[in-house]
Amino acid sequence: MLDLYSPGHSPLHRMRPSLKMGALMVGATLLMINQSLPITVAAALAILALYPLAQLTLKQAFAQVRPLLWIFVLFFAVQWYFSGLTLATYVVLRLAALILLASLVTLTTRSSDMIDTMTRALRLLRPLGVNPAKVSLAISLALRFIPVLAQIMTEVREAQKARGLERSVIAVAMPMAIRAIKMADDISDAIDSRGYRS
Amino acid sequence: MDTALKQGFATKDIVYIALFAALTAALGLMPPIHFAGAALPPITAQSLGVMLAGAVLGSKRGGLALLLFIALVAVGLPLLSGGRGGFGVLVGTSGGFLLAWPFCAALIGWLIERDSDASAVKTGIYVAIGGIALMYAAGIPWMAFIGKLGLTKSLTIMVAYIPGDLVKVVLATIIARGLRRAFPTL
Repeated sequence: MLDLYSPGHSPLHRMRPSLKMGALMVGATLLMINQSLPITVAAALAILALYPLAQLTLKQAFAQVRPLLWIFVLFFAVQWYFSGLTLATYVVLRLAALILLASLVTLTTRSSDMIDTMTRALRLLRPLGVNPAKVSLAISLALRFIPVLAQIMTEVREAQKARGLERSVIAVAMPMAIRAIKMADDISDAIDSRGYRS
Repeated sequence: MDTALKQGFATKDIVYIALFAALTAALGLMPPIHFAGAALPPITAQSLGVMLAGAVLGSKRGGLALLLFIALVAVGLPLLSGGRGGFGVLVGTSGGFLLAWPFCAALIGWLIERDSDASAVKTGIYVAIGGIALMYAAGIPWMAFIGKLGLTKSLTIMVAYIPGDLVKVVLATIIARGLRRAFPTL
């Protein structure tokens, strides 16, 4: 369903999500600190080389940067004009390397595993008053609410269309917001009446 | 409220937090408006979710709703408009805006909580302080830094987003005030 995960059995898939996120943070920081173009080129190539290792195609790698292609072109043009070709190449390559590295984590880790890792990490915050069970409840509710809200929007739109009001943003948004809050109230009553305690 | 916080949030608060995180995601399903030949991040409805969360839920719950949303994006769910998601977006050019969202919602909520019977215009100003001023203050330097663009150039780019954001401020103000009238105990 909605997940950017790409199934596989590579070493990167089997690596623990916490380790991957840690490595990403270190890698991203190093990329930002580094100022030399040759090192950035080497890093970008090394990250690209990790894609086949993770049983991902170069096409998948390209798909990660494609949404930003126009931004790359714009940045490159602006940098080239103001600061020269070397800096332009460096900035765009660094950005591409960062995104490829981050996407590598996303592509090789299931969202559910990542959420589990986060929930476990939240236990460390318990002394600060964070309740991991309540966070898990919020996560599952949020994921469930997304399609429900889309459904409510379609229904309200159709109802207002019958009144000739489908072009008025407020006439659609206001009943939608009220229905959403009403639904949230009902759900919270339902959870409480089933004796939810955390 | 203070004692409630010490004991943790009530079920209703958790459901509201989840609802507004989901609302921000659902707003991403609306087709983004591209301009300048898709050369720049599109104008999306999602920052309306930020403004609404702050204006309706208040600082703590509103901020947490957006924190939850950003966490879901970070773990790789394609919840940003255009189906974007994952760590990559958060470290990219628009990362500053996204990471600022929880703080923007919290600031809007805090300002409105302090002045609960503010007029519509005043509420709108509060929404704009958090939803435009703070968001740009965090997002523009980030964009300038990541892209090595320089502040003035980044500022020029951002001017294109102001009309859309002003429309969102008006919408958020009207909806938040309407909701408060419909549900006084929110």
